[in-house]
Amino acid sequence: MALTGSAPMRGGILGSVAMVAGLLAGAAQAQDVKVQVTYLRVEEPPAVVLSNLDPIPEDRGIKGAQLGLADNATTGQFMGHAYALDVVSLPPGGDAAAEAARLGEAGQLVLTDMGLGDQLSVADLPGLAQALIFNVSAEDGVLRNDQCRANLLHTASELRMRTDALMQVLLAKRWTKAALIEGEGPENAALAEAYRASATKFGIKIVSTAAWSEAGDLRRNAAQEVPLLTQGFKDHHVVLVADAADDFARYIEHNTWVPRPVIGSTGLRALTWDRVVEQWGAAQLQSRFLALAGRDMGPRDFAAWVAMRVIGEAVTRTGSADPQMIRDYVLSPEFELAAFLGRPVSFRTWNGQLRQPIPVVNARAVVGVAPLDGFEHARNPLDSLGTDAPESTCTEFETALKKGN
Amino acid sequence: MLRVSTLALCLGLASPAVASEIWVTNEKDDTISVIDIDTLEVVRTIPTGERPRGITFNSDRSRVYICASDSNAVQVMDPETGEILHDLPSGADPEQFVLSPDDRYLWIANEDDAVTTVVDVETRKVVAQINVGIEPEGMAVSPDGKTVITTSETTNMAHWIDTETRSIRANTLVDARPRHAEFIKDGAELWVSAEIGGTISVFDTSNQSEITKIRFDIQGVHPDLIQPVGFELTPDQKTAFVALGPSNHVAVVNAETYEVEDYLLVGRRVWHMAFSPDHSQLFTTNGVSGDVTVIDVAARKAVKSIKVGRFPWGAATR
Repeated sequence: MALTGSAPMRGGILGSVAMVAGLLAGAAQAQDVKVQVTYLRVEEPPAVVLSNLDPIPEDRGIKGAQLGLADNATTGQFMGHAYALDVVSLPPGGDAAAEAARLGEAGQLVLTDMGLGDQLSVADLPGLAQALIFNVSAEDGVLRNDQCRANLLHTASELRMRTDALMQVLLAKRWTKAALIEGEGPENAALAEAYRASATKFGIKIVSTAAWSEAGDLRRNAAQEVPLLTQGFKDHHVVLVADAADDFARYIEHNTWVPRPVIGSTGLRALTWDRVVEQWGAAQLQSRFLALAGRDMGPRDFAAWVAMRVIGEAVTRTGSADPQMIRDYVLSPEFELAAFLGRPVSFRTWNGQLRQPIPVVNARAVVGVAPLDGFEHARNPLDSLGTDAPESTCTEFETALKKGN
Repeated sequence: MLRVSTLALCLGLASPAVASEIWVTNEKDDTISVIDIDTLEVVRTIPTGERPRGITFNSDRSRVYICASDSNAVQVMDPETGEILHDLPSGADPEQFVLSPDDRYLWIANEDDAVTTVVDVETRKVVAQINVGIEPEGMAVSPDGKTVITTSETTNMAHWIDTETRSIRANTLVDARPRHAEFIKDGAELWVSAEIGGTISVFDTSNQSEITKIRFDIQGVHPDLIQPVGFELTPDQKTAFVALGPSNHVAVVNAETYEVEDYLLVGRRVWHMAFSPDHSQLFTTNGVSGDVTVIDVAARKAVKSIKVGRFPWGAATR
């Protein structure tokens, strides 16, 4: 059994975990554990974008959770563990906290697919103080820092994990000079800010910047407008685009003044999951997903699948569906999950973020997977991506862990 | 993989006309590379179905079975001619299999379908399908033929299947992503490697209890990259060689004390392995570097690297 190893146990709760797990050794015994998970979503208003070529699937995220449910149920049948998933989807602007409060007992293991504000209002509900919530959508750094919550883990990436991954690849290729095109609005400003921070971290220089303003129909006139926009850029290796909503970036590529790769929001992108990931058995996950959903698996599906598998793995190993038992186990050194990315994934104990390898991909293939060889780290090379322990301003987790002791 | 007892038996019967060979499946080439043990060169390249992975010979070496994963078939080949005689119905996406000691039944892991399929190789019919965990892969049969093991990669279990009733008798949890299983020491122990967990679990087969867990530690290699996959034991069952995947090393394990005694540098992403018939040499398939490393077993040294096809995966001794 996994729990009988030499790693130090953390307090009494884990001690009992080991005992339960010990009972499961040998012929699996029927344990009769019921695991109820709720996928709670606040739908996003449809994005107004120039091209309709890549519509956002209506069941984005949900299908990932359903696949995770099916995977868990298969394991559960050998253990006497039954898994159930309810999906609750609210229209844009819906009251996530009110809905979460209504769930009561059924709402103690929740996957939250919603924006920053809703994530916090759900996590702060008194009735969910002992619940375990998995953020599968919000990438905001603040949720991993000042606004972290002890009951909120993140299987969605922190935005900085992805921008760090992209900059690692640039540095490995010695493409160290970037020109940045920044779209309008706060989301693009946040993305551009993450690019800048990651560029600084990995020694990539942003030599020129241009603001993208929404003028004209790029489907018709990109070939005229983009060369002019990019003509004034200082000598650069890549054109970095901050276009969070996938609006204009596709029209930049192959229209620049000088021939340069376009990266960030199109071209070369850092994504937590993409259809081109096929190594490490990923092809099997991709084909299982395709059979279930009839479409390719995307990052939010992956985050939801991972969240379900984290729950499943914890229930399998501990024999308990208690949210606090699951939390203690998944934050312990014993926990690791195979997630088809070549290295096990686990959680950062300082802010509840899933640490995972980040594929950096183009439309047809994986270009690299961060952390790349040579980016070492005192603890785990995966922690070279995103908020690391020394810089995290999250205190909820340390406090919670100390309380646990 | 071939079991040692079968191999020893075969040696006595081996046809003198055939030089000993190592057969290697090339996952991304749809071929088999045949290595002559005397010259250590590829002497034949044989086309197969799509994505060949698991490979095994029957006892008298008159047939070779190949999992052609993406063709959804097990192919039956005449090793003399390299001709594919027929396909066996295998269920979807067969990855690994094991042949019953009487050569009659193939037990096949169907990776995409979460089932183990039992095929009668004489009637060429599926005689049973057994529901197992997600992504079944590793297959092993006990020397007495009474127990077959399927390991499931995402469910993280070894399923103990009673071959008479063709139903699961027990399930034991192992670490993350179990890849390969072998009965050793005349069936007294079952070893299961866990690729992402980074361990080999050792079970007492009399009661399915865990005896110990073998762990690996290579200086300068992050533990996450030490990923045990295939392994083989010397005929005396005293020494195990364990492929450690992207760490590019093979571990030498004392199978009596369960201590790791040595790490041998081989090619990149080492998967599986096969001994020469006299067990003086061990051949490892190295997926990423596209070659086979020859290890001198007594000296515990890599002595040669042989270029084969793209992404070599399985290996079997002829």
